[in-house]
Amino acid sequence: MQSLTDRKKVVGNKEMTFKEKLYLPAIFGGMWITFKHLFRKHNTLRYPEVKREFAPVYRGQHVLKRDEQGRENCTACGLCAVACPAEAITMVAGERKKGEEGLYREEKYAEMYEINMLRCIFCGLCEEACPKEAIFLTDRLVPSTFERDEFIYGKELLVEDVNLRIDITKRQLTGKRTEK
Amino acid sequence: MVKVTIDDIQIEVEDGTSILNAARQIGGEVVPPAMCYYSKLPGTGGKCRTCLVEVAAGSEKDPRPMPKLVASCSTPVQDGMIVKNKTSEKVHTNRGAVVEFLLINHPLDCPVCDQAGECHLQDLSFENGGEGTRYEEEKRTFDPIDIGNKIKLHMNRCILCYRCVHVANQLTDKRVHGVLNRGEHTEISTYIEAAVDNDFSGNMIDVCPVGALTDKTFRFKSRVWFLKPMEASCECTKCSGKTVLWMFGNEIYRVTARKDKYGEVEDQDGKAGWICNDCRFEKKDPSKWNIIGPRTINRHSVISQGKYSAARANSQKKIENGDK
Repeated sequence: MQSLTDRKKVVGNKEMTFKEKLYLPAIFGGMWITFKHLFRKHNTLRYPEVKREFAPVYRGQHVLKRDEQGRENCTACGLCAVACPAEAITMVAGERKKGEEGLYREEKYAEMYEINMLRCIFCGLCEEACPKEAIFLTDRLVPSTFERDEFIYGKELLVEDVNLRIDITKRQLTGKRTEK
Repeated sequence: MVKVTIDDIQIEVEDGTSILNAARQIGGEVVPPAMCYYSKLPGTGGKCRTCLVEVAAGSEKDPRPMPKLVASCSTPVQDGMIVKNKTSEKVHTNRGAVVEFLLINHPLDCPVCDQAGECHLQDLSFENGGEGTRYEEEKRTFDPIDIGNKIKLHMNRCILCYRCVHVANQLTDKRVHGVLNRGEHTEISTYIEAAVDNDFSGNMIDVCPVGALTDKTFRFKSRVWFLKPMEASCECTKCSGKTVLWMFGNEIYRVTARKDKYGEVEDQDGKAGWICNDCRFEKKDPSKWNIIGPRTINRHSVISQGKYSAARANSQKKIENGDK
């Protein structure tokens, strides 16, 4: 039956020549190609001695930012959790008590904030949804571990240290949001 | 009966109906938004100016247009009246200006506010408001106070719609809170923070279009879009007992009255379905309720954006009703 398309190739079972029967020219031809690759520019890096530079908007492990005075920005509004397509974020809100004004920026704060890094697809929608500029994705990688529980990151891993600030200025420049 | 045309749609309504209610009989996009008018509370309306519409022809007898935009909640229709709401450019720009005024002193603390997600001011400014604010002066601020032991008042967020005052006047036997001072200094308050202590005082939470009056038992517990609204009923001697439970798993986080698409309580057994404070604040145990099923939520609402699927609720209802 005639085929509907002409993509079909007729394969012939033709007799090999003497040169082809020797196989040696083909073997040396292949080895020559392998040898040539030794002198080519490498596509790989010697990780971890050499690290590839990340794009400024690389989406790695999250950080919960503090403001200039060291207060947590997050108010547990839940917009990141509702925006999250992977349902990786959970939180419990708490009310700021008197005397905690130096810890939390608003009267409500996240008592518990968890991101399941196994669920997270690093899409950055949480960052986009955040009205308080509290959550950002960074150029850090989520390290591998043996236990699943260890991939659920709580506030102790997510909130940045007051003294070891994580620079996200490059990301902020690309963002459209400006505080008025 | 009078004939009235709203946004090129003609409808026949009874004498004395307000333009807003005539528009609600048509339904859909022609309904002007209302922040202060509440159909279940006589005497409300005329304060917020969000429902202003253009009257292109006053009546059959006198077809001259009305010189200014009129408040549709308090203007009765006349025979042959032609009203423009969505189709009027004037109304559109005016509504933007009204939103700007309402937001002058509003703190815009939606991420903190418990009303977020079901706030009428959010909807209004989303639809009609501008991108930024031109207001540079300092906003007026008040400290949040407790009105009774179950209600929290954030005067910062109040838009002075007076709905809660009408609730206190009409539903409870004695009003102990009201509006103090004038102009910029106007505030809702109680004298010496006297507790509002009445069986129906909790309804002022439901009527508040913004987050000024909120439920203290629900304060910062969760966000409305994480909760599942379930219709439920209970035996109650004080009220109809027909409520919506806002559940998270098997826990009841909050109890509210059943509200219609305009945010007003639905009629239950022929009268407005206000609920009493016992049902609202005390019964947080699912065994005390007869849970009927998930409540239908508009699929454009943020409440159905979360883990609660309105489509699921709707299809479940259809199955129960035997429809296909």
